[in-house]
Amino acid sequence: MNSPFLDNSLFRNIYCYLASGSDDCAARGYDVAILPSGFEWLAFALTAFIIINIVTNAGLGAVIVYIWGERRILGRIQNRTGPNRWGPFGTLTSVADAIKTLFKEDIVPDEADRWLFNLAPILMVFPVLMVLSVIPFGVGTFVVDLNVGILFVIAITSMSGISVVLASWASGNRIAIFAGMRSVAMLISYEIPMALSLIGVLMLAGSMSLGAIVDAQDIPFILVQPLGLFVFLLAAQAETSRTPFDLIEAESELAAGYLNDYSSMKFGIFFLAEFLATIVASMLIVTLFLGGWRGWEPIPSQIWFAGKTVLVLLFIMWMRFSWPRLRVDQILALAWKGLFELTLINIFVTAILIAIWPDPGITELLIMSAINWVVFFISIWAVSKLLRPGDYTAPAPQEDRPSYPVATDELPDEVAYTGGATR
Amino acid sequence: MTTQVRTEPITVNLGPQHPSTHGVFRMRVTFDGEEIIDVEPIFGYLHRGSEKLAEERTYVQVVTLTDRMDYVGSMLNNQAYMLAVEKLAGVEPAPRGVWLRMIASELQRIASHLVAVGFLIQDLGAWGTPLIYTMREREKILDLFEMLCGARITNSYLRPGGVFMDAPEEFWPAMNEVLDELPPRIDDLDDLLTDNDIIFSRTKGVSVLTPEQMLDASITGPMLRAAGVDWDLRHRDPYDYYDQVTFERPLHTAGDNFARYWVRVQEMRESIKIIRQCEKLIEPGSVRPEHDDVPWLLRPPVGDAYAAIEHSKGELGFYLVSDGSISPYRCHVRAPSLINLTLLRDMLVGELLADMFVSFGSVDINMGEVDR
Repeated sequence: MNSPFLDNSLFRNIYCYLASGSDDCAARGYDVAILPSGFEWLAFALTAFIIINIVTNAGLGAVIVYIWGERRILGRIQNRTGPNRWGPFGTLTSVADAIKTLFKEDIVPDEADRWLFNLAPILMVFPVLMVLSVIPFGVGTFVVDLNVGILFVIAITSMSGISVVLASWASGNRIAIFAGMRSVAMLISYEIPMALSLIGVLMLAGSMSLGAIVDAQDIPFILVQPLGLFVFLLAAQAETSRTPFDLIEAESELAAGYLNDYSSMKFGIFFLAEFLATIVASMLIVTLFLGGWRGWEPIPSQIWFAGKTVLVLLFIMWMRFSWPRLRVDQILALAWKGLFELTLINIFVTAILIAIWPDPGITELLIMSAINWVVFFISIWAVSKLLRPGDYTAPAPQEDRPSYPVATDELPDEVAYTGGATR
Repeated sequence: MTTQVRTEPITVNLGPQHPSTHGVFRMRVTFDGEEIIDVEPIFGYLHRGSEKLAEERTYVQVVTLTDRMDYVGSMLNNQAYMLAVEKLAGVEPAPRGVWLRMIASELQRIASHLVAVGFLIQDLGAWGTPLIYTMREREKILDLFEMLCGARITNSYLRPGGVFMDAPEEFWPAMNEVLDELPPRIDDLDDLLTDNDIIFSRTKGVSVLTPEQMLDASITGPMLRAAGVDWDLRHRDPYDYYDQVTFERPLHTAGDNFARYWVRVQEMRESIKIIRQCEKLIEPGSVRPEHDDVPWLLRPPVGDAYAAIEHSKGELGFYLVSDGSISPYRCHVRAPSLINLTLLRDMLVGELLADMFVSFGSVDINMGEVDR
């Protein structure tokens, strides 16, 4: 039994170490074998299991590092040091937090629908981990290269909306219900611009496979698709509910939104899923718009990928820590009146350009990017004109103001009056 | 055939333990979707009976109680109380003491406005960054207070007829440094926040109060000036030496959340101007009257007195009744935080849940003063 995944170096290295004498492995120069002949099925299953473990744990480990990094950066942005006590530069702070979360008492409210209450955290973290399976982390370093990769990503990530609704409904908490209502309105609205913003990339790459999209990026698609990146960045922020789109948690309004009644590791899983979703969103941005793992030798492709991801994460953090939150109606207006139009403009322009140059080389891509950047600035300017509230009309000069019934200059010199109360 | 979706209002209890109720305020809010249709404020969770406690203390000891009413405006509370005591006992204050307490109270006004602005942005959902920036500036002012009286929050700096000790030599250069640094910081605040589209679109036209409404509810302070009513006790009924300094009264006409925020930012600049003038006008001398004139155990003649100042939140008045003994027979506080809350329902009904705490924060209340 030969595996269809042997192009995948991650898979190949493990599989060929386990499976004996299969022709494909032998042809590639592997001669170590642990399992006897005829057990290729077992090698296949074991390899899959090991890869899943590697990727999942790498994702969860990345969350721990990311939380530490975010705290440090937040500290720097806010003129303070951030965590610096536990471990060198405070690196172990998130570990300590994870342990603390684990040891907290797990409370399920009486009002809660137990089954759904317990199901929601799993549903939240599950799709995010699934997305990791299609992302190419480097040359030949991926779990699987689906030929419908983008479709898979969009389909899978929309599941997280369900889990938020489940969690808020199952908690039996009125404040959480608000979060549920908001998540329905917001997450579903932002699915549409998020999906549409990728159509330009699809047209340019001619494939839905994330690996093929990286291969197609002779110049990073950020140059050719600025509008697509802009919309995708904002939509991804909304989908992962980061400030300024953190309506669902909205600490200053809903306390913690749908997380209100969760404690201990269930809360931890939500927290983890949320941070992991941010990392995955940055990875998608890197893959789709920033050239993925492509870079210059001799730095390995995996390092390029990680470095670009960190850059995007830094940008997202910068946005998150600087801006206040938008209101519900403003967020929906932005999705439907702003981002939706921008994606349509993007699709229209890209489609015309693709029709002119069906198979663009570098020169054509550069011309396309010039046109696209002009379109980018004009359309963003137009949309911001449309969405921004008008300024105040200039206040009238003081003497022209209507006279209010104010007892202005008739105050007695002595405000206090004496006499009266004696004991 | 049209299908009608049956909806029903939902009543939610927010507070007293909530991240953005500025203390322990509680609201029972009825929502229709996200829209507020009814608000019932419930307070008293921080009631300590300050007014009653004042009846058991001597006139000077009551100063420590006033610190703890509005704990972000302690100097201003001290000042209002001292004006009432001086009026009641007929104390002639020492000029240097008056200048010093004017400087202290204007510094406190800046600090209080910084807190108000910072927390307003925090309520808007920012991740603490603007708040920490404003708090950083406030820290410098608190350091100045530490030089003046040894305390940062609960100052108890003022005494009948002046202040309890003169400012140390190092205070003046330190204060000048702070005042030099502040205007660029306030400009930064303007650049970052006032011109920010998200903040502007979140606050413009939200929770509009008309001047008539506010005057009927006897609302004072920045809230009133944000609607264009030129009412500032420092100008209308000058206490201390405010008639000797010149300053502008920033006015806005909109009466919405943005106007309230804007007025506070501008007032900080005016306070800096006032302090600069005070620094020029202050002369050496005693900071409080001689002990023979104003004894420690003050025994004001039988009678009552009311004195009010322009607090950072509105008109703060102290009404004192004396029966000739060493402690007030009755002490009543006209707390601006409490009275400015009167129109909370009018402000909130019809607005969205998201704007609820922003409007609430734009009143700039302090639960220590609301509940006393």
